[in-house]
Amino acid sequence: MERVVILSQVQDIFKDILDDEEVILTDKTQAPDVKGWDSLTHIQLVVGIERHFKIRFTSREIQSWNNVGEMVDTIQNRIQNS
Amino acid sequence: MKTFSQLKKNLKLDYSGLEVIKLAILGDTSTQFLNQALKGAGFDKGFNLEIWEADFNQIQRQVFDLTSELYNYKPEVVIVFQSAHKLLGKYNKLKPEEYCALALNEIDLIKAIFSFITTQLNVKVIYYNYTEIDDSIFGNYANKIEFSFLYQLRKLNYELMELASKNPTFFICDISSIQNEVGKLNFFQSSVYINTEMVLSIDVLPKIAAKTIDLISALKGKFKKCVVLDLDNVTWGGIIGDDGMENIQIGNLGIGKAFSEFQYWIKKLKNRGIIVAVCSKNSETVAREPFEKHPDMVLRIDDVSVFIANWENKVDNLRQIQATLNIGFDSMVFLDDSPFERNIVRENIPDITVPELPEDPADYLEYLYSLNLFETVTYSTEDAERAKFYQTEVLRKTALQKFATEDDFLKSLNMQSLVEPFNKFNMPRVAQLSLRSNQYNLRTIRYTEAEISELSKSQDHFTFTFTLEDKFGDNGLICVVVLTKEDTKTLFIDNWFMSCRVLKRGMENFVLSTITDCMKNKGFAFLKGEYIPTAKNALVKEHYLNLGFEKNDGYWVYSMNSGRTKECYIKFKL
Repeated sequence: MERVVILSQVQDIFKDILDDEEVILTDKTQAPDVKGWDSLTHIQLVVGIERHFKIRFTSREIQSWNNVGEMVDTIQNRIQNS
Repeated sequence: MKTFSQLKKNLKLDYSGLEVIKLAILGDTSTQFLNQALKGAGFDKGFNLEIWEADFNQIQRQVFDLTSELYNYKPEVVIVFQSAHKLLGKYNKLKPEEYCALALNEIDLIKAIFSFITTQLNVKVIYYNYTEIDDSIFGNYANKIEFSFLYQLRKLNYELMELASKNPTFFICDISSIQNEVGKLNFFQSSVYINTEMVLSIDVLPKIAAKTIDLISALKGKFKKCVVLDLDNVTWGGIIGDDGMENIQIGNLGIGKAFSEFQYWIKKLKNRGIIVAVCSKNSETVAREPFEKHPDMVLRIDDVSVFIANWENKVDNLRQIQATLNIGFDSMVFLDDSPFERNIVRENIPDITVPELPEDPADYLEYLYSLNLFETVTYSTEDAERAKFYQTEVLRKTALQKFATEDDFLKSLNMQSLVEPFNKFNMPRVAQLSLRSNQYNLRTIRYTEAEISELSKSQDHFTFTFTLEDKFGDNGLICVVVLTKEDTKTLFIDNWFMSCRVLKRGMENFVLSTITDCMKNKGFAFLKGEYIPTAKNALVKEHYLNLGFEKNDGYWVYSMNSGRTKECYIKFKL
């Protein structure tokens, strides 16, 4: 799956879970840039992404991302290896 | 069932006008998501849960410090959630010789928590039981050795049931059974736990919330009282009108096992006090025959309180059942295999619960189990008799038609009432009637067994219970009045509630004259009543007016010396 496609699908998941149609994600986006993305909703987003792409992140990965780009890298990795 | 995200979207909706319940959550793990799930699930059941949540791992501080926020908040329901994970953590830190005592030490702590909370607050406590974790130190041998963690955990769950069975305000929310249903892999997600200190997966939250709200609804008097059965392909397999009695599938015939097991389930519900009614498109004689003659039928005709089989539409028939039983549609469950019938009923009677039965009858039971339709928070021995009460009611209605006037009919009944204050024998039934009565309930104050026990000892209250029996049978305890001393002359009616089984028998006149005779002797002159309207009690809007009370400043006042008691045909039972 291409990165742009993954990013756009992740953006849709964010919109749904944060209940906010205005969310725009880029590779550089970080948690403070998005309204409602806190440590608690983060876990909801992670579980939403896992379900959508039918993958599982490790506990370490969930804590490791510095921005959306790194998260998308992990997703792409997982899909390719599964 | 809604997902957690969907429940969370409820939080943005308008909660005004919903029934407010003050709830406190005490957890030893993080409970923010549980809080949100409960709040969202509450909305769909018509509750505005005002939730105060303790910081996690603060249970003991909040409970044992009498100046804590918990006591300041004054909740009416407290949820205590101590997780199996933390329990395992405690076990891990014990010395091996202490393993054996884990369950008993924990139950002592839980008893202390419960007694502290209930001494300080007038609350119900909901305790989440422990989900199973096998640490696989012993393998199967864990079941043979008392100091294994699994042994101690299961023992603790058993001790919790013991505690609950002895304390009317201690309730268990059985989350262990949810883990059983969904499996541990779906219940617990290690990455969520490691990152958030939460032991419930996102997917299981709606189930936990639903199970908790079921319990809270029942505490608030919302529960099911009646199940209405279709016959063909619900109660038995096949079409009796076409196949004939000998060919319907029950017992060993065809897929009869599925229907027999279904019938056992209904029979157990009936024994627990759920009223069973039949609503079927059939000729009545044909439909009744298996109940009377088929050797493999589990349900017999005397298990069924109202039996309607005809070719009219089911909506009208359900309305007739509802009118006969005099209960709300929202307390009825209708089981029918036809999607067509189900939809017509749903459209016309929105309050009734109509489960979407699976296509394969073999799946009925597992599906019905999963809905948890028959939550309850009380049980009394009268429950087992309930079906009989309603059957005799049908006999009375038939008898009534033979009399020229209602008075003649009432005279013929030879009615007697046993009048007693609250005592330890009638307490469970009083608590139950207090929860069950919605229509004939003047102030809709609900009394728990603990409160009833207090009232029975109080110097400032007078309590009355009334039974009613007649030549057709005994209705049991059907009316309760609680009076509060307002001053030396006046008694305030804290509540007056009555079962709708005994409407139109002159019971209210008997109750009033009994109270009047009894309290006049103690030097009181006035009774003061109040009607607090709810969505359901319009029936008693004119209750005090009809009894001769006079309106005064929003209250109703009755002078006990006026001597205007109405005639009634009920005698004291000695």
